[in-house]
Amino acid sequence: MRRWAGLAGALVLAAAVSGCGGDDSGSDAEQGTTLTVFAAASLTGAFEQLGQEFEADHAGVDVQLSFAGSSDLVAQIQGGAPADVFASADEATMEKLTADDLVGTPEAFATNVLEIAVPPGNPAGVASLQDLTKPGLNLVVCAPEVPCGAAAQQVAESAGLTLTPVSEEQSVTDVLNKVTSGEADAGLVYVTDVKAAGDDVEGITFPESAGVVNVYPIATVTDSPNADLAQEFMDLVLSDDGRSVLAGFGFGRP
Amino acid sequence: MASTRAVGLPGWVFAPAAAGAVFVLLPLVAIVSRVDWGDFLGLISSESSQDALWLSLRTSTASTLVCLLVGVPMALVLARTSFRGQDLLRSLVLLPLVLPPVVGGIALLYTFGRRGLLGGTFELLGWQIAFSTTAVVMAQTFVALPFLVVSLEGALRTAGQQYDVIAASLGASPTTVLRRVTLPLVMPGLVSGAVLSFARALGEFGATITFAGSLQGVTRTLPLEIYLQRETDADAAVALSLLLVVVAMGIIGFARRGRGVL
Repeated sequence: MRRWAGLAGALVLAAAVSGCGGDDSGSDAEQGTTLTVFAAASLTGAFEQLGQEFEADHAGVDVQLSFAGSSDLVAQIQGGAPADVFASADEATMEKLTADDLVGTPEAFATNVLEIAVPPGNPAGVASLQDLTKPGLNLVVCAPEVPCGAAAQQVAESAGLTLTPVSEEQSVTDVLNKVTSGEADAGLVYVTDVKAAGDDVEGITFPESAGVVNVYPIATVTDSPNADLAQEFMDLVLSDDGRSVLAGFGFGRP
Repeated sequence: MASTRAVGLPGWVFAPAAAGAVFVLLPLVAIVSRVDWGDFLGLISSESSQDALWLSLRTSTASTLVCLLVGVPMALVLARTSFRGQDLLRSLVLLPLVLPPVVGGIALLYTFGRRGLLGGTFELLGWQIAFSTTAVVMAQTFVALPFLVVSLEGALRTAGQQYDVIAASLGASPTTVLRRVTLPLVMPGLVSGAVLSFARALGEFGATITFAGSLQGVTRTLPLEIYLQRETDADAAVALSLLLVVVAMGIIGFARRGRGVL
């Protein structure tokens, strides 16, 4: 058994190593410049599309997208990661970088609000934010320590409601998984998350969500060796074209 | 264990052994070096940390008991009987050892979740397992059980059956043989298996977060608390990590003292 585990480990390692090598080759084939964009995980779909548009308009430029939680990305940039552009999911996270002059002046490019996600068919009959306090309803939210959880708490407080979730999850993905598997009757996530989840969940909008709007800022990284390209990418995101791509994924205009 | 005089080891064994030890110990040193000692007590005595530690100890104890309850009979059946498909069964029972815990959590969800295989039955009985402390114990048992079964089965095979046979020939019933001869002989293996199970349950993360959720005092065990604190307060996460390491080492040390095994 132990021998098998060792062999399996070696194989995984070999696959990972060869995978890394494969990624690097090819991208620098033509004299190409690589523009590295760090973006919040919720921007994945929209920025992949924008990245392709940018590459189509700039021959020889390869856009490398790196998606992760905003705070992880900030830690990476603070640690000297070679990013050219940074798009954050909230202003507080971006401020950590502006405070250290690691990025240029940020500009708001998108907004996101909360929405209730329920399993298809809405078995618990949730129709409003108030319904989330119904006894016996399995509500799942993000933990207050993470941005989506802080937003959920704010929305509930301003509506004068006390939510009693059965679970406070680590991330939006964890909340959605609990809803799509039918374990939870309802979850609080962002509009764009509901949209990205497709037919696996149904979204229920509620008027109180307008009170807590999450603003997404974008900025160029100060140490970027491709400052002009970085600025052009930022301009694309802020352009009407960029805004309509973002709108397609459920984001609002700031 | 104590009296066997070693036949000197070849010298080259020591270099890789030392490298391995350094590889395991250095990360522990790194954690200790990162701890904010000035505020250490404050960081680990917050209400959420205390709840997480207490929940972890309770659920790990419960899951170790469940492991003993079903794992000992499983090891006995695997070690002392033979039937068609036994090898296959053994591999399947040990599957959680190689399965990523998150996959284990998903499998549990598809079994005991509301829409799982048995979910309808539980719903009728009015039981809800997901999001409860029971779910945490189930997730921990699922990942920890193979450790008990594999170490006890090994001990049973090493011990052999000659004493059992003698006891039986002297008229002892199968239950008496098991209670008075078989189990006492494999006690060190049983204890080390139980300690391994407890340690695995204490560190369980993936299956718990997938199957049980995360709520303070109910399902948020120490590893989940560490992961959550990492999001906002890295110092607290490091302090809690050290706490978990200390608790785990304490338990292993306690078991060693008690039985002179491991």
